[in-house]
Amino acid sequence: MSSVAVFSKASPFDALQRWLPKLVLAPSMFIVLVGFYGYILWTFVLSFTNSTFLPSYKFVGLAQYARLFDNDRWWVASKNLAVFGGMFIGISLVVGVLLAVFLDQRIRREGFIRTIYLYPMALSMIVTGTAWKWLLNPGMGLDKLLRDWGWEGFRLDWLIDPDRVVYCLVIAAVWQASGFIMAMFLAGLRGVDQSIIRAAQIDGASMPKIYWKVVLPSLRPVFFSSVMILAHIAIKSFDLVAAMTAGGPGYSSDLPAMFMYSFTFSRGQMGMGSASAILMLGAILAILVPYLYSELRTKRND
Amino acid sequence: MTSLAAKPSISLSRIAIYAVLIGAVLIYLVPLVVMLLTSFKSPEDIGTGNLLSWPTEITAIGWVKAWATVKGYFLNSILITVPAVLISTAIGALNGYVLSMWRFRGSQMFFGLLLFGCFLPFQTVLLPASFTLGKMGLASTTTGLVFVHVVYGLAFTTLFFRNYYVSIPDALVKAARLDGAGFFTIFRRIILPMSTPIIMVCLIWQFTQIWNDFLFGVVFSSGDSQPITVALNNLVNTSTGVKEYNVDMAAAMIAGLPTLLVYVVAGKYFVRGLTAGAVKG
Repeated sequence: MSSVAVFSKASPFDALQRWLPKLVLAPSMFIVLVGFYGYILWTFVLSFTNSTFLPSYKFVGLAQYARLFDNDRWWVASKNLAVFGGMFIGISLVVGVLLAVFLDQRIRREGFIRTIYLYPMALSMIVTGTAWKWLLNPGMGLDKLLRDWGWEGFRLDWLIDPDRVVYCLVIAAVWQASGFIMAMFLAGLRGVDQSIIRAAQIDGASMPKIYWKVVLPSLRPVFFSSVMILAHIAIKSFDLVAAMTAGGPGYSSDLPAMFMYSFTFSRGQMGMGSASAILMLGAILAILVPYLYSELRTKRND
Repeated sequence: MTSLAAKPSISLSRIAIYAVLIGAVLIYLVPLVVMLLTSFKSPEDIGTGNLLSWPTEITAIGWVKAWATVKGYFLNSILITVPAVLISTAIGALNGYVLSMWRFRGSQMFFGLLLFGCFLPFQTVLLPASFTLGKMGLASTTTGLVFVHVVYGLAFTTLFFRNYYVSIPDALVKAARLDGAGFFTIFRRIILPMSTPIIMVCLIWQFTQIWNDFLFGVVFSSGDSQPITVALNNLVNTSTGVKEYNVDMAAAMIAGLPTLLVYVVAGKYFVRGLTAGAVKG
């Protein structure tokens, strides 16, 4: 009886309940469709126009892309990204994995040590860049410190050396992100089945060998996620360059994100700036799509 | 007996491990120590000493000058960060709730579309976003920045809550629905009380992201509405006048302290956010 009463009363209530989830999600759906995909499309359209300081919708085909590929600064920025990205990813992984493996050996004060390794990740790249710009200051920074400490011939002037300035960005970025890689791998190591390690030990394998041959290969997913995240950080790196070098000396330490900003917003080259943004998106997709593909495939295999 | 024989070599390798770990601790700490030392030195002291020399006289003049320069921008950052963090977390919680417990046709596809936002290079949306803010009359305002941070923070906040809620057993919600509890009642009475950890993760993640943001700050604000990161960058990279490294370092510390403090107090949640942000769909 009561169920009848509920039924008749619940009908409009039920209808509302059925719509509520959609209503709640609607604003976000709108935002995602417009603010994410619509805007990407808009930028894509702009990259085919002759927009300068203001958007114009006179289409010039692929001219902006052609100009971009003729632009020496774009090539410097792209080459820097390859060098910076490669070194940043490689060194962060080596340092992160090494620290994680060492920390996994029942270390006293592990929590404290972990906290120290990871704190740079809480800082803004602007703060990191400011600090490292000072540390790498030729004449006053580490340059002077090591000479004061007795290493007479020590010189460290990479910050003003067009051929080496990219390494300064690498140093600062590794300092900031390697602790994060450590944390990811440490979490992964904690999930490794200890019986596998013990079995290998009984077989007489040495600890380094066990890690290299058994434990680390089982952490492949962590490895791929780490590469993915680091590559993503590298491609988006803008603040670090802004704080440390502003792209200089000249434009020798430019990265695509910096290039995009200065051509779009300072030099009034909206069309070419948009083209460079689209290429950055392409770079992200080029690493994201295979990653997601392999993720989905492993999930299906489970 | 075998363990006795093996002991010396083990302790030797343990010494090596500790040496590496402690060496790394020192290296990670150097920039922070240098920033602090430099910020408490006088300009003459900075000229004569080196990075790690103790200040001949500890002076807070760098901090005083830095604070006078950046305090307005520090306030801007608070005005931007606090509302943006709260709003994006609230929306993320509701989105995650719908996407895990009230799925409907197309909601999974929407989640897929949204996830891409975690990887979106913001360079591809900067121009349209700045046109839009201009049209809305929000160009160069802190409100505009709040808006932008909410929009582009949604991908992560939704992901956090959705992934947390999918692990909650369906039966719980189904039972409540049979009892006649509605959408918001279930959310408020059942879901929200068990969400504290993920709320913490999300708040801390968003706080760190938004406080540390530079790209949106430098593109969408100017002059009086700039956040602290932009002000710090302007201070450090102006070529006019004599460089005052003590002021630069004090300003950098001021910009970094809020997130550092959060990290020290709630590091557990910070790490969880980072690894969850490492996207597991």
